[in-house]
Amino acid sequence: MRGRLGDRLLHVYTWLIIAWLTAPIAVMILFGFNDKQSKSNTSWQGFTLRWYGELFADGSLTGALVNSLEIAVISTVLTTVIGTLLGLALGRYRFRGKGMSNFLVFAAISTPELVMGASLLSLFVSGNTPRGLLTITIAHVLFSLSFVVVTVRARVVGLDPSLEEAARDLGAGTWTTFRLVTLPAIMPAVFAGALLAFALSIDDYVVTSFVNGSTLTFPLWIIGSVKVGIPPQVNVMGTLIFGIGVAIAIGNAIASRRRT
Amino acid sequence: MTEIQAGTEAAAAASGAPQVPAIELDGVVKEYLAHGEVVQAVKGVTLAIAEGEFFSLLGPSGCGKTTTMRMVAGFEEPTRGVVRLLGQDVTNVPPNKRDVNMVFQSYALFPHMSVWENVAFGLRRRKVAEAEIRRRVGEMLEIVDLGGREKRRPREMSGGQQQRVALARALVNRPRALLLDEPLGALDLKLRQAMQIELKRIQREVGITFVYVTHDQSEALTMSDRIAVMNDGLVEQLAAPREIYERPATAFVAGFIGTSNLLSGAVDRVESGCAVLKLGEHGRVLVAEASQRAGDPISVTVRPEKITISTEEPSGDISAVRGTVSEVVYLGLYNSYAVRLADGAEVTVFQQNALDSSSTAERGDAVWLSWQPHHSYAIGS
Repeated sequence: MRGRLGDRLLHVYTWLIIAWLTAPIAVMILFGFNDKQSKSNTSWQGFTLRWYGELFADGSLTGALVNSLEIAVISTVLTTVIGTLLGLALGRYRFRGKGMSNFLVFAAISTPELVMGASLLSLFVSGNTPRGLLTITIAHVLFSLSFVVVTVRARVVGLDPSLEEAARDLGAGTWTTFRLVTLPAIMPAVFAGALLAFALSIDDYVVTSFVNGSTLTFPLWIIGSVKVGIPPQVNVMGTLIFGIGVAIAIGNAIASRRRT
Repeated sequence: MTEIQAGTEAAAAASGAPQVPAIELDGVVKEYLAHGEVVQAVKGVTLAIAEGEFFSLLGPSGCGKTTTMRMVAGFEEPTRGVVRLLGQDVTNVPPNKRDVNMVFQSYALFPHMSVWENVAFGLRRRKVAEAEIRRRVGEMLEIVDLGGREKRRPREMSGGQQQRVALARALVNRPRALLLDEPLGALDLKLRQAMQIELKRIQREVGITFVYVTHDQSEALTMSDRIAVMNDGLVEQLAAPREIYERPATAFVAGFIGTSNLLSGAVDRVESGCAVLKLGEHGRVLVAEASQRAGDPISVTVRPEKITISTEEPSGDISAVRGTVSEVVYLGLYNSYAVRLADGAEVTVFQQNALDSSSTAERGDAVWLSWQPHHSYAIGS
């Protein structure tokens, strides 16, 4: 009797949590279809697809989004390449300074964004680096690198070391072994790391706000427009980004299930 | 002269001139640096493996057998010494340029490739023509009895099947020698015994030199033409299985292979070619072919199944010692007796379960143990 009640309570509780987590996203998606008349987009006034049609009507918003995408793509590529190599080294080899490297990777994850942003800003200022796309990209590589390293390293540690030996034994050189055996074996982790890096980059506000100079990214633009009212295009863009993210995540899950 | 020895010698004689060995190790030493200290994993191994031979490296874990094999494969470089393949010095040749292939303990099948792609991997690296690859991979999969399973992924197969894929992947390259690192360790007993016979069949079929690393003595005895028993980085004895079992060269070999009894004392006298060792008041151990002279200390091994238990004092020129049965264990096929001698040493005796079971000794019985002089074997200390 008691068990059944407990089960039911657990059910209710689980669905409450799911609703709690997804409600803000649902509201965001919903208000992308709001046929709003006033300046603010906070009360439901009817259904429209207008904002999807006028997605790129606001030039400055579109520019910010393009900046964000550029930064995200470039920093993701850089982060994935560097992070994968670092993850391989830390997971596979023993070398001088390995302990220190592991510590730094952890430190980069645990450092508060405020601290990282402020210190990066002072670094760029003292180095006379003009703030803009370049500095934002550098900053994004910096804070997402550790996440890729940790993901890849975990996979490498779990890898059977004789896999690579078998490839060598069968006549594959170092590079061929990496290309045909090691990389495919760690690919799910590399991909997951890349997704993480992209997600961290595209919505970063704190660090970016320190090093952006006069360049605006998508999150910076939105925060800036809060006071005057967020246009529904933001909801539409958010919906699209969310949709793409979900699609990629599902794709990765399917692919990794097929691989391992 | 044993049958197996006779067989290999006949084969060697038939092939005429002295053959170049498939694999030769010459004074090979491997040292590691562990916690600032030099550790010798292999302390100087010299041996030659003939072409087409099924050769086993047998020993307990940590004896250096795997390191020795990895030096043949090229994964480890010897600190000193030379490794030769068919007379050619390959000591510093990387594994991908060596004409040997290995079957790994974990199989190390590429998980993202099908069985076919796994087996074709080596041929592809050597840029063999596609039609030839198709033919050879197909043939090899037939030999290991995996025809029709080409498209499977390794994880969709049983342990025994994965094992055969690993074997096919190595053998399809027609290496000079196949190295097997405890390949049956992960299989259950039934499957392991089936695979032992299977491995022997495949080796006969392809005629390639097999070097087999194992810690399982029965596996080595079953399959090998010759066995190198290793201990603590050195080869203790290198001989055919029967020789190793019947005439262990050292106390370690006697103890590691099967069950054996070790008796020691001093030679009392030498009589018609037999060294006689006194044991207790009435006990005597006769050792055929002993080089020791009267007064020399001597250690003798005798296998439990060679010993006969009786209540009467046996007569004739045989070893006979007195003791008390301290334990009887019924093991189905045979009984195992522990007999304590007067000097405190314990001797294990196996006696087959004959039809007439009335003659079996009981616990506490005073008995005589006897065996033929040529069943006592003097070993180096």
